[in-house]
Formats: sequence, C-alpha cells, structure tokens
Amino acid sequence: MSYIVLRHRDIPDFNKLDVYQKNGGFAAFQSAVTKMKPNEVTDVVKNSGLRGRGGAGFPTGMKWAFIDNKNWPHYVVANADESEPGTFKDREIMEGNPFQFLEGLALASYAVGANVAYVYLRGEFWQLGILLDEKIAEMEKAGILGDKLWGTDYSLRIYTHLGAGAYICGEETAMLESLEGKRGQPRVRPPFPPAYGLYGKPTVINNVETLTNVPMILANGAEWYKAIGTADSAGVKVFSLSGRVRKPGNYELPFGTTFRELIYTHGGGVQDSRAVKAIMPAGASSSLIVVNDEKILDTPMDYATVRTLGGDLGSASVIIIDDSVSMDWLVNKTVHFFKHESCGKCTPCREGTYWMSNIIERIQHGHGTTGDVDLLLNVAKQIQGKCLCALGEFSTMAVVTGIERFPQDFKNAVSPAPLPPVYVKESEGMEKA
Amino acid sequence: MTKQVTLTIDGIQVTAPEGTGVADAAKMVGIDIPVFCHHPKLEPVGMCRMCLVEIGRPMRDRATGQIVMENGAPKIQFLPKLETACTNKVEEGMVVLTQTDKAKDGQRGTVEFLLTSHPLDCPICDKGGECPLQNLTMAHGPGKSRFLFDEKLRLGKRVPLGDLIVLDQERCIQCARCIRFQDEIAGDAVLGFDDRSRSTRIITSSEPGFDSVFSGNTSDICPVGALTTRDFRFEARPWELGATASICTQCPVGCNITLNTRREARANGDIVVKRVMPRQNEEVNEIWICDKGRFAHHYTDSKKRLTRPLARSSKAEKPVHTSWDEATKLTADKFVAAKENFVILASGRLANEDLFNLKSLADQSGGQAYLYSRMSGGEFTAQAGVGAGTNFADMRAGTTIVVVASDLYQEAPIWYLRVKQAAERGATLIVLNARETKLDRYASFVVRYAYGDEVKSVTDLAKTEKIGDAFSKAENAVILFGSDGLGLAGTSNLAAACAKLLQDTGHVGKPNNGLMGVWERANDQGAWEMGFQVAEDLAETLEGKSVYIVGADPVSDDPKLAEALQGAAFVAVQDVMETATTEIANVVLPAQAFTEREGTLTSGERRVQRFYSAVPATGESKADFVITSQVAGQMGIALEGTSVSAVFDRLAGSVRSFEGLTYAKISAVRPQWPIVGRGDMYYGGTTYENTMGMGAHLSGAQSGETAPQVDASRETILRPKENELLAVPVTKLYDRGTTVMMSANLLRERIDSPSIALHPDSAKNLGVEDGQLVNISFDGVSGDVTVKLDDTISVGVALVPREMGLAIREPVLAEVRSLVKVE
Repeated sequence: MSYIVLRHRDIPDFNKLDVYQKNGGFAAFQSAVTKMKPNEVTDVVKNSGLRGRGGAGFPTGMKWAFIDNKNWPHYVVANADESEPGTFKDREIMEGNPFQFLEGLALASYAVGANVAYVYLRGEFWQLGILLDEKIAEMEKAGILGDKLWGTDYSLRIYTHLGAGAYICGEETAMLESLEGKRGQPRVRPPFPPAYGLYGKPTVINNVETLTNVPMILANGAEWYKAIGTADSAGVKVFSLSGRVRKPGNYELPFGTTFRELIYTHGGGVQDSRAVKAIMPAGASSSLIVVNDEKILDTPMDYATVRTLGGDLGSASVIIIDDSVSMDWLVNKTVHFFKHESCGKCTPCREGTYWMSNIIERIQHGHGTTGDVDLLLNVAKQIQGKCLCALGEFSTMAVVTGIERFPQDFKNAVSPAPLPPVYVKESEGMEKA
Repeated sequence: MTKQVTLTIDGIQVTAPEGTGVADAAKMVGIDIPVFCHHPKLEPVGMCRMCLVEIGRPMRDRATGQIVMENGAPKIQFLPKLETACTNKVEEGMVVLTQTDKAKDGQRGTVEFLLTSHPLDCPICDKGGECPLQNLTMAHGPGKSRFLFDEKLRLGKRVPLGDLIVLDQERCIQCARCIRFQDEIAGDAVLGFDDRSRSTRIITSSEPGFDSVFSGNTSDICPVGALTTRDFRFEARPWELGATASICTQCPVGCNITLNTRREARANGDIVVKRVMPRQNEEVNEIWICDKGRFAHHYTDSKKRLTRPLARSSKAEKPVHTSWDEATKLTADKFVAAKENFVILASGRLANEDLFNLKSLADQSGGQAYLYSRMSGGEFTAQAGVGAGTNFADMRAGTTIVVVASDLYQEAPIWYLRVKQAAERGATLIVLNARETKLDRYASFVVRYAYGDEVKSVTDLAKTEKIGDAFSKAENAVILFGSDGLGLAGTSNLAAACAKLLQDTGHVGKPNNGLMGVWERANDQGAWEMGFQVAEDLAETLEGKSVYIVGADPVSDDPKLAEALQGAAFVAVQDVMETATTEIANVVLPAQAFTEREGTLTSGERRVQRFYSAVPATGESKADFVITSQVAGQMGIALEGTSVSAVFDRLAGSVRSFEGLTYAKISAVRPQWPIVGRGDMYYGGTTYENTMGMGAHLSGAQSGETAPQVDASRETILRPKENELLAVPVTKLYDRGTTVMMSANLLRERIDSPSIALHPDSAKNLGVEDGQLVNISFDGVSGDVTVKLDDTISVGVALVPREMGLAIREPVLAEVRSLVKVE
C-alpha cells in the first residue's frame, strides 16, 4: 500500500510544487473551491470518519460543522506546536510533504468559510517556519492562495506564527492566546473555539497530521478512506515509535495494526532483545500500559481498543519501556517535564507538579520512604479533576498508573521505615531580596 | 430588564440575573463559596481553583431537547469533575452543592496546594488579621503540612514593584487579581506575570515601576499579604486600628474613605491616622481610591501644623502665641474698622459649614467673600449642574459624556475610571482637548482644538456631523469641563458655553444630565452653590484691604498676590499648617484638619457627603466654622458655632439647592453590590463597607432662570506668532501643593521637578534640548525649569504645570532662554 500522509517517502522531491502538482496536488482544493459548496466539503470529511490526530481523537467533520455561522469572520489554525515528548510526526510531514498539509489547511478553511488561516509552530521549528513561508509564497505566486481564487469569490491567506517554547501552547486555547500575542495560558472553557476562538471569533483548530489527510480524502472519496483502518478509527495513523526499540521513527500504518507489528515488524524489536515491560502509547502524558502478558502486544491500536488496556492512544507517540527500566525513574522524567512546562495559571498544576517533583526526586535518589510513595499517589490524585486544562491531568497519568500498576518498582526504591529527610533539594529560583 | 434565572444552591432557591456567576449568586443569599482569584469587580478566570463545587444541570433528551423528568422533577445530571463557581454562570434549574464531601475535599486540596510554598508568616504579616488566605485556611485548610519545610521555595521578601507598592514573592499565590485590576479597571496594564510553573511571579513592565495612580487598590484586593503599601507595611496590626468614615479632600470627586487610626508611641502617644482605605460607595468611587487620596494625608500630622493662635501688633515684630479670645478680638476689631474694605478669601478646602459661616459673615458685615480658585464658571454648574440622582454607574448606551479641557487622569482620577467604565459599557464619550490625554483611547470621538478655541469647540459641537447627533440626540448628556490651558476668564466662558449647549439640547435638570466642573478642590462646588464668586483681579481686590484668608496660601502660589498682601491693611490667616501666607499674617488662627472634626463637602457631582472626626484636635486648633463664629461674635454678629449639624440646618434653610437636606439624610445608606467588608475580606478585599452614609444630591439646580451667556469681552485669545511661545497652565496630580509635599517622603519619586513641556519642533526653534535647564519668563514671573519634550502637544506651546514653582494663572506669551549653550 502506498503512503497517504508520508507520500514524500514514495515520491522523490514531493516537497516541490511542480512535483506535488504533477501528482494531483491542489486538484482537490481547486475542485472544492470551484465546484463544491463549503458544507459539502465538511460532509465528505464527516463521512470519511477522520478523527483528530492531535490526541483527543475528536471527529474532524463534526468539529467543522460546530462552527458558529452567526459570528464572522472565521479562522482556521493548524496546530503545529508538536511538543509532546515522543511525538515527531508533524515535523516530518511539514518537512517532507508541506504542500499536502497546506492544501489540507486550505480545504479546512474553505469548508468553514475562513479567509485567513494560521500555522502555529513551536518556537524550535523556526527553520520549518522559513520553509513554510517559502512554500506559501510559491502557492500565492501560482494562484493557489490569494484573492478571488480561480475566479470565484473565495480568498485565502495563510500565515505562520512561531511560539516561544512552551508545551502548554499545544493546548488549543493557550495556543490562541499566544497567537494573539498574549501569555500562552489556557482559557476557561466553555466557550469552545468553534464559538469563541482567535480574537473571540469562531475558530477551527486541527492538528497537522489531521489536515494532511484531508486532500487525499477529497481526492479519493470518503468511502475509500473509511475502508482503511477500523470501524472505530478510520484511515491511517503516523505512529511515532520511540523508547527501547531498535528502529525508532515514524510509521504510517492503518489503525488496528497491533503493537507487536509496530514494535517487531517495523521497529526492529526491543534493544538487547529484552522483554517489553510497559508501553506509553501517547507520549509523556500516557498512562502506563502493563505488558505482563505477551497477548497484550497483539492488541490492535485504535482509539477504542487501547482504552480497554487502561490507556489512551492519543497522538500515538508510542514509547516502549523494557524490563531494564524502573518506573520510579520514568515517573521522575515525566513529572520533571510537567513541572517545567506547567504554565502556572491554576493552583493544582503549578503547586502540585512542583510538589510531586520534590517527592519523586526523593524517592528516586533513595531518600524516600513508603510514606512518600503514598503521598505522591495522593498528591497526584489531588491534582486530578481540579485543573483548568488537561496538562494538569497529564502530569498525573504516569504517576498514578506507575505506582498502581508497578508497586514493586517503588517498593524497591524506598526504605520501609520513615527516615529523617536528609536529602534537601537545591532551592530553586532563590533571589536576593 | 435582564432575564432572571432561578437555581438552587445548597437547597436554597436563588434568583439572580442571567449572566451572574454562581459564586456571586451564592454571595447574594449569604452562602460563602471561598474564592481567591475571583473578585466581583473583575472578569472571572477560574485560576485558583478554590471555588470548586458540584454543579448539576437539568438533563435534556438528546433527540428532543426536552428536559428529562424523574419522579415529577427534572432529572439533574452532575459532571464527574468539580467545577469552578466563579466561571460558571447561573442556569435555570441548576443545582449547586458547595458542602458535599467531594466539594469540600476539592477546596481543602486547593488550600493545601497554596500553602505548600507559602511562608505562613502571618505573625509578622501586615495582612494577618484581615487576610483571606488566613481565614480560608482556618475554614477549609488542613491542620498539618505534608510538605517538607526544607523544600519550601525561598523568594524575594521585599521586591519594590514601584515606589508605593512592595511585593513579597513568597506570600504571592499568583491569583492575578492585581494584574487584572490594572488591565481591566485602571486601564494601566503595567503588571504581568514573568516565567511560568512554580517560578511564575508578578513583575512590573513600566518605567518607572508600577506607573499607575491606582496602585494602592491592588493591595486592598490582594487576597494575601503579597502587596503592601510603603506607608503601612509593618506599621500596625489590623485589629489595633480604629475605623472612622471620612471623605477624601484631594479633589472634587469626593471619594468615600475610611481613616484607620491608632495610638502611636512615635507620635507622643497621640492617636494618628495610620492609613486611608476606600469605603464603598458604588455611586461615587465604588471600592477604589487613587494613590493621592491614599497617600497624601500625612500633612495632617506634620510638624508644621499650627497649634496655637499667633498675633503681632506690627509687621516688623515676630508673631507671638496668644489666646483665642485675644486673637479673635484683635481680628474682629480690625474687620469692624475696615467696614466695606473687609474681604474674605476662602478656598474649597473648607467644609460646607465653614463656607456658610464665612459667607454669612461677609453678607452681615457688609464685606465681600471670594472663592480662592484658579477656575471660574461655578455659577453655571449651580445653574445647569447635574441633576439629583446622577450616577456614572448608570451611564451606558444612550448617554453621552463630554470631557472638555480636562486631563481627568491627572485632575480627578476616579472620575477618569468612572468615565472610562461608562464608555466601556456603551456610553458615547467625546473628548475635546488641545492635547492628547489618557482618556482619548476610550473616546468615540476626539476633537483636537488649538489653545484658545475651547469655547468654539463646544459651540461647534452641536453643528458637527455625527458628533452633533451623538450629543443632541442622546437620551442623557453630561459635560465635564476642566482648566487645561485655561485661566479664570477661559473657564468662565467655557462653562457658560457648556451650560448653554446643555440647556439648548434639553440636557439639564434630570439625573445623568448637566454640567460638572473638574474643580481644583474638594468643596469648590459647595462654595459656588452658596454664591461665592472669584475675584477677576484678586491682587487688586486685596490691595489695601483687611483680609481674612481661610484655607489658602496665596503668598506661595503667586508673587503678585504676595505683593498685594504686603500692601494689605490687615491680614488674618486661618489654616491647618504654617505657610508662606501665615508668615506675613498679623493674626494666625489654627484650624483643625478634616481628620479631626466633622462636616460636609459638596462634590463636583453635587453630592453632599459627611466626614467624621477620627483623631483628636492638634493643639488648640478649632474647626473653621467655630473660629469664624467666634470672630463674628466679637464683631457683634451671631453665627452658629457650637454644632456642625446646626450650621448645616441653617445652610439648608437659606441656600435653595441645599433645601431639604439634613445630616440624617446624608448619613443614609442603601444596599450595595458587591457585598464587601462585614468581616469576610475573601470576596471584595479589605475595602470598608459603607455604614455611615452615602451622601445625598443637592436638589434640582436653579435652572433656566437666565440663559448662560459667553462673555467675549473677558477673553483675549492669544495666538502665538512664529517665534512666539504660548505658555498654558496644566494640572498634575502630584504637584508641589501642601498636601503632597508634606507626604513627600512617600511620594518623592512621583513629584516632578519644575518643568515645562515643549513640542520637539518648538524646542528646535528655541535651540533647547530634552532635559535641559532653561529660564522661562512671563507676566512678571520667571523661573528655571527643565525641558521635557512631548510630541503630542502643539508647536508654539509650552505646558506649564500648576503648583510646580511657576505661578501661571492663564495662557500667556512667554520667553524661554537657554541657560546652557547647546553646541
């Protein structure tokens, strides 16, 4: 089967405009603008069963249909903030297949009546920003972007915008704040972006990979796409495979592919031929899926089935953990990340991640007690369900599932009896008064 | 009318207007949902997560949209997660549970998180005793810390955000109330967050730091002891303080304040004012006051206070202490002898009762009484002044507000806030000024005129396309006129033109309609109502007369007046403090400060408000109306001098606009929203509840008797020719006036050095540079000042701030000489 998203792997120089166009590029966009009504485009995407690839898996067509048509103008924003540890698919897509992504963005804009679309890139993607700006300029020159496209009344401009290095800006409302030039912190929801988004106007936000699927769906039809993958999760997914595997990388596979196929057929198996101990299917925000039974590796990867293992497929950033890893070490890594990336807006996340980080540091450095493990679990649960956005929840996933599903790892790391706290963490942020 | 919504909170049925937040609706029926970041004056943000409650909503059938019924009642569906009561709006049939185990557990968790790195230094914290965090910890927090003490963050304990506010980073709980106050209410977005996660901290982004005249309010609404004011930090514990209702005397707004007092070792065991706090009056200042009102009260306990009467028999002698009897007898004898040459010069610093006694004295002795003011036109505000019931809070779409020749931010900061908010609610704001002011950005229309064209800009207003309609066709219209670039003649003509426009368009004699003067002092309006006038040529008026100066310092203000007073037959000065004028006086009569006595003031909105005595009198000083009655008594004229309310009753009996007012009426209070004070600071901040009176409006202006006329003969419009420079007076909030200078330790950084502002092109023409010292001279006045360049003003104009060392009365042609040669 040939690639749908990572088509640049099949076709050389696919990031060149003429090559892309020679291979049918922008035909879907042109035919949509000249021959289809916007809601017809939405209907095709709705019928295809395409779900958001950013992590939440929300049906894309339904999201587009939610946009408030009483309030104008509309905006479309491509979420290219790709910051989840273990996720690196959008970067490859934008580097290798930029035009298909931009065409998807253009199609989404046409479907919801937006005349301006933005690509919000994480700050570290500044080179990609330059590249996309060049591609956008080429499109404008070729008459694919601009005013009154192909003689119709439809006009579209696309702009890129660089973030400044915050994980939280991948959260859609924080991204909008950042795009507006404000501090990147999430907004209270509701109202949701399709009603109140960028500059307070109805806005659709889609992940890069989601949008990159759209031109192929328009070109080949909803039924074609629906036939790929599973009933629950249609189409293909780019799985970012990392961790203790021999060949980490992006693998475009249909939904429903098993973990085993991903790890052993494509990923070349586990390093040092060790056993898989756990899987984080959605990067650092994942629950830890216990692999204590070989059969678990035969679970098909789609949104519904992965949930039965006590985790979420999310953005499909599959991190493989082998039996050389102790979970207290792993949890320390994730907690450290979330402590660093907490935006500081809401109390449980700001204070809770700092507190968890102190406790897990103690535990991992051998200065913890069994009481500390209980405390860590308790603090994590005290964060859950109380935060302003999902980041706070994410920070607890590995902690709670780590302690509950791998109790022995933590038992091994701590002293059974309370010890006087000898390990004092270096004070942070000390300032001279 | 807004739609009403009925919901149930903890089993109590609540009806609230649509759009009300759940936490506010609960407060209305006395249910306290704990909050930190939420403040009823600010937009909810849901940051602190303290107000977590269980919220259930009637379940709807997905197919039909109908409410699902269960046992005859709507089926209530609860979300699995707790929700914030501040951000969720009331909905019909909503069920809110604030006391369930789940909700309480959420609240307890938030307090525990907030306390992890909080220093818990309540015993030395200024907020201790009136601290929401302290109170909510006692109510909802855990008794024991599970967080290791050694892991607490150590941060800056005294980080100055500006010269008036100090931040304690350890105590800060990052609720952003201060940031949001500055953004949403003050409109000076000078605070922000820096960094993220647990390193998030408050910073100021302005230079100088915390550059806003509303900064003190952030300390009131700070729910912890993170923001403290320079003059109160480590000064007293809240529970030691007495609280007395008062009225701010710094400007014509009449902000309701509370004076917090304490007996003080450093003041020789006297009771002194420790801090000034806002007192809620949603019709005047809401729960805010400006920094001048908050910090410039220190003059009342200055060492320069007059404590005993002084007298000297001839100008060559030094004044000596004397008794009240002797001093008043001496004064009275001179005034009687002077006959029609007896002149009273009184300022708007005085209470209504003082001014009434002074006016009565002049009327009954055959003397003259003048108001000491840089502004005129008060007869028009008495005639076409705003109608009873006027309230900026009621102004929204349908109301047009005109601000002409006034920099409200500098002249009357709380009016600036109120006008800004009215504009944000939809009122049409028209700003007419010769230069850019901060209010411009909230205006629907900005009209720029050349200095001298003030009257023309007002008379042309009705004729101007769009703007004319926005004014004449408005349901309600008010005009605020000030003295930016104007002297006595200019303000008088401007007031007349404004009054005429209001009358012609039917905008008088009704609430939210009429004319307001942005006066210099707190009670100028009261003086105008009582019939005080300004002297057109004050120096001439004083020359050779026996003068009774009350609450004014003409000698410091103006060398011409100083000279005139040298030539006066006799000078009695009645004031609170030693001034240059008391130095030249034959008799000095020590008066009590507003903190030491009772009385009433009439604000620029024609609202009469009471202030109360908070501290004992200084030395032998007496209230102004008492001294006047004593002098009058010695002159054989009987004036009430025993009780302030008795004077007020006489005033109400003889001045028409005061008719029907009594102390009882002025002291009445009405229910207000939001609920503040009452011991629970968590909600509205430490602002005081109003229990001692919200004031009452003067009755209908004496409207329509004579149509106001612009007296063109009084005005000479000066147009600077090429190479000429027109000096125009402007007002600065922090000037070198007595009250500010006596609080100078605190406000030092805010008080400008003597300066003039020039357009860069004017400076180029004159060959002077930014920051250069120059000599400016006009009309017999000369002084060395620093040049400040400002490209928002016109070429050919020099802005000369009043009360900053240069006596500028009105627009005048000036010469600027560079003191240092520019190479």
